[in-house]
This record gives sequence, C-alpha cells and structure tokens, in this order.
Amino acid sequence: MKPDSITLISFGSFEKKLLPEIVDDIARVTGVPVLYKEGFIDVGEYFCPERKQYDGNRLLHEIESNFATGTGKTIALFNVDLFIPILTFIYGQAFLNGRCGIVSGYRLRNEKYGLTADDKVFTERLIKEIIHELGHTFGLKHCLNPVCVMRSSTYVEDIDQKSSAFCGTCREIGSF
Amino acid sequence: MTKKISILVVDDESSVRDSLYNWFIEDGFEVACAEDAKTALQMLESEEFDIILSDIKMPGMDGLEMLKRIKNLKKDAIVIMMTAFATVETAVQALKEGAFDYVTKPFDPDDLTHLIRNASRQVSLMDENEKLKEKVISLENVEDLIGESEGMQKVLREIANVAQSSASVIINGESGTGKELVARAIHANSARRFFPLVSVHCGALSESLLESELFGHEKGAFTGAIYSRKGRFEMADNGTIFLDEIATISPKMQVELLRVLETRSFMRVGGNKEIKSDFRVICATNRDLKAMVDNGTFREDLYYRLNVVQINVPPLRERTGDIPLLAEYFIKKYCTSMNRPLMTIEPAAIRRLEEFPFPGNIRELENMIERAIVVGNGKRITLKDLPIEKTGVSYNVESLDDVEKQHISFILNKYNWNISSAAKALKVDRVTLYNKIRKYSLKQA
Ligand SMILES: [Zn+2]
Ligand SMILES: [Zn+2]
Repeated sequence: MKPDSITLISFGSFEKKLLPEIVDDIARVTGVPVLYKEGFIDVGEYFCPERKQYDGNRLLHEIESNFATGTGKTIALFNVDLFIPILTFIYGQAFLNGRCGIVSGYRLRNEKYGLTADDKVFTERLIKEIIHELGHTFGLKHCLNPVCVMRSSTYVEDIDQKSSAFCGTCREIGSF
Repeated sequence: MTKKISILVVDDESSVRDSLYNWFIEDGFEVACAEDAKTALQMLESEEFDIILSDIKMPGMDGLEMLKRIKNLKKDAIVIMMTAFATVETAVQALKEGAFDYVTKPFDPDDLTHLIRNASRQVSLMDENEKLKEKVISLENVEDLIGESEGMQKVLREIANVAQSSASVIINGESGTGKELVARAIHANSARRFFPLVSVHCGALSESLLESELFGHEKGAFTGAIYSRKGRFEMADNGTIFLDEIATISPKMQVELLRVLETRSFMRVGGNKEIKSDFRVICATNRDLKAMVDNGTFREDLYYRLNVVQINVPPLRERTGDIPLLAEYFIKKYCTSMNRPLMTIEPAAIRRLEEFPFPGNIRELENMIERAIVVGNGKRITLKDLPIEKTGVSYNVESLDDVEKQHISFILNKYNWNISSAAKALKVDRVTLYNKIRKYSLKQA
C-alpha cells in the first residue's frame, strides 16, 4: 500500500545540493509527497575498524529507533561505504514491509571505478537505489523484469540498465 | 511459470543466518535456517529444499560431513559451501565431495548473486525438463506487449517458441514498433533470465567507442583509459546481449562481431588475455538486412549467424484493432505517472486514431496520448486534444515557425507554464523563452 509520505534524511557528507532533483523524481515515480531534511548522528560510531567500512545493520536500526515515523516511509542517505557482516558491501538496505531504509552514494560514483565523473549518471543511480529500497518498505521483493527498479543490481553498470520505475507486476503487488 | 525456489541456510552464527535470510527473502526465495548440521539434516527429512547453503566450520558435525550425508540421501542435491579464508583447501575438498560450489566469507554481492543464479538455473532446468513433457508455455513479464490482433499474437507465439533456446534472433520492424520490448520478453522467459540483459545501441556510438563498449579495455589502451573496464559482452555472461540498430555497424565491427560469435571469446581493447563469455545475441533493425547483404553492405556470413530466428514486429497501421487497448494502456500509464485521476477517451477520438497511419508507430501513439493528457481537461480525451487533422496528416503546420510555436506551446502546457522548467526542457534561457512567447502570442489556457 502507498504510504502517505516519504521522508529523505541526509546525514554526514551526503551532498545536499542533489536533494531537490531527487525529491522531484521520487515523488513522480511513487506518486507520494516527499519531504527532506538533514539529520545529525555521529556516523563515526558505526565505523568498523576491521572492515574499514560502516555497519549497515546498526545504522538501519538506528534509523528505525530514532528517525522513522508511524505512517510514512523514511530513507536515510549517507556517503560512506556500507557493509553487512556477510557481504563485502551494500548500496543500501531496508526492512521488507517496514518503515525505513538506508542508501549510500559512496559506491555509485563513476570515479570510484576510474571512469569520468558524471553527476547526472550518479544522481540517476542514487534515485534508482532510493526507489528500490522504498519498494522493499512497500513490501516488494526483487523482480526479474530487466527494466524494473526492483531488479537486484550488484554493480553500478547493472543499475544503469534498469529504469527508475516499477513494472506493472510490481505496481500490482504493491497495489499502487 | 516458475515455482518459488527454496533455500536452506546452515550456519552457527546468527548474524550470518539473519543477513542471508533477509537477502534471499528480498530476492524472492523461500528461506529456512538451521543453526547446526544436525538440525539441518532433521529438516531435510521432512522438507525438500532446492538449494542448501552451509558453513563448513561448525561446532558438532561439520559442513563436509553433512554434505556427504545429504549426497547419500539425494545425489543431485545442490549444496553450496561457505568458508572463511583459512579453509580454502577444505572447500576444494568439498567440491570433490560433490558440492555445487563454494564461496568465501564475506561475499561480494555480485559473486553471491551469480552463484545463486547459477544454482537457480540448475534447479529450473531440472524443473523445465519436467515441464517440457507437458508442453505448456506461458509467458511472463510481457504486460507491455499489448495487442489481441493476429499480428501481435503471432509475435507472442514466436517469443514463446524461441525463448527457451539459445538461438540468435533478429527482430525486424519499423522504428517505434517496440523491438526492444520483444528482446526483453525473450530474455525474461529464457533460462538466462537470472542473468543480465545488456543492451547496446549500436547506432549511437562511433566505431572506436562501440569497440571498447563491447569488448571493454585495459588500462592505457588509449588516451583517457586510466583504468581497465569490463565490456558489454563480458557483462552479458550467462545472459543476453541486445544489439539495437545492428545495420549501422561498420565493416570492421562486422568482422569482429563475427569472430566473437564464432569463438565466444575475445580480448579487451589493449589487452592480450582471452576472455570467454557465454551470451545469447538478439539484434534489432529497421532496415532490410537481406537487401543489405545483396548489395554488399552487410556481411552475408554474419547475417546467417545472427539470423537463426527472425521475428517481424508489425507496424501499427497493420494492427489498428489494437489501438483502443494501446490507448487505454498509455492513458493509465501517464495518468499514474503524472499522478492524475484516470482519464477516459471519447469514441470519436479513438476512431480518429484508428484512421491515422502512424509512421512513428506505437511510440508516436504514446507521445500523442501523453500530450493529450497534458493539454486535455483532465477527465476525458477528446478529438481536439489530438494533433491529427481528418486528412491524416499529423501536423497542420508547414513552416518551421509553426513547428516551433506548436512545440513551445506543448512544452509550456506540459510544465504548467512554469517558465524556468519549460526553458530548461527546451534548453534555452528564460529571456529567449519570453521572447518566443511574445513572438507567437502564446497564452496560458
Ligand atoms: Zn533489493
Ligand atoms: Zn517489477
């Protein structure tokens, strides 16, 4: 079911100048009003020295306990390298059918892979990943439709192949 | 078409079990967990699992012993072993004992996905062998291939027939007929669907760009190549590569493509290591390739290699009966994406659409509907919302000025006369836009 609002909260060094465009696009694809604000937590507390990365599970729980609200969906935006114990990295994660998710732009930039910087490509990837995690909070699982935003992507060029929209089947499952 | 694949995760660490549980649930699998080998074996007595993913080092019975017992019970069970760095030797031993594969913790998401896709394919191949005996073919993920006309039904039947094989396909059709949708449908209904569908729009790239796009390149291969990069053929491993506008590739690229198709191997630009990739090729073109072969502009050997199966997508004017369904589909699509209540369309407007020849095919119809929703009254699309004169000419304009006026007016309406947004969309500055509005005496409706 569609929530009544979506809140994006940026943390740490996440680039706030990108937010207006992101907000517009997400409102268009989901048809839900989108708000954004800045949040303040000490991201350093979630740093894991052995992995030299940030703990995605603990961050997600922090968002759930202190930032998620009753009726809307919340996505927290970071600019750090996220991991979960079993995986070398994640772009983001969310509670299936839950209230919140997290997404990081850290691994979505071309420069990370030695390609020419491209703000447009970066923003598109970010929007897709945010909508993807939102989809999980709407109760959607991964979809095999090659252009559906709920297709699982494990490297950035894979993200580029899908669109930012939900396919018909996913719309039906999510009833929106 | 596919039943849900079930996975049993066996690991003594709860954080590993939880992470994998969540990951697989989101991937659409059925998942169960066991905290030790004994529990897992008990579960396997009463339940069937398609894939078993188990740690090697566990207190009590270890993963290798469990693997042996599972294999004794069921010879073709798919068991994947997980290991920490220190026990790679044990993992190799596991392969000898019949494990399907092994992964080292923590996993790269791409490796994990690849591994599980491989295993899923194995499961669905065993499953599909059963199904083939029943001869039921139903297509999935084809909801955007709209049409009940004989022409469209024929295309759907051909997709169903060809999807299961790995044969090369050429999709022929005028521009705007939806050739890429056909390619997606073939991929989504093939055993390769768990792997990527990689699209390349050949017409948009110069020869050298296309070459490095397709084959990838090594660091230093040319100025600006600071890092090495995977090409599209490599990305499409186990999946499908879709080459759009295949008729546009140069003679040199035709030779290179032929070589790759013959050997399924290639080298990155500037590299000397042979790379193997298992991909299926689907091409699309709006040109008559056979005629190009006859006049010597397209290689005959390449043509025959690509053209194992040909699917012809009919132009819209040959299936006008589908226009009402298509119109309804696009109205729903755009009302939803623009967040508006669902509109209807008056019968007279539908009739006018059915008479129109649509040189730009479905894409042109789609644009027309989108435009009609933007300029319309928000409830019902009427004749006057469509830019078609009864004569069947799309535009009642001739001079360039008329075209400019009509286009600017369309964009202004689309952005609700928000000058900044409209100027941005038109890629002109605000002053220019104001001058044009004055020049053409445009007014907000
Ligand atoms: Zn996901
Ligand atoms: Zn989907």
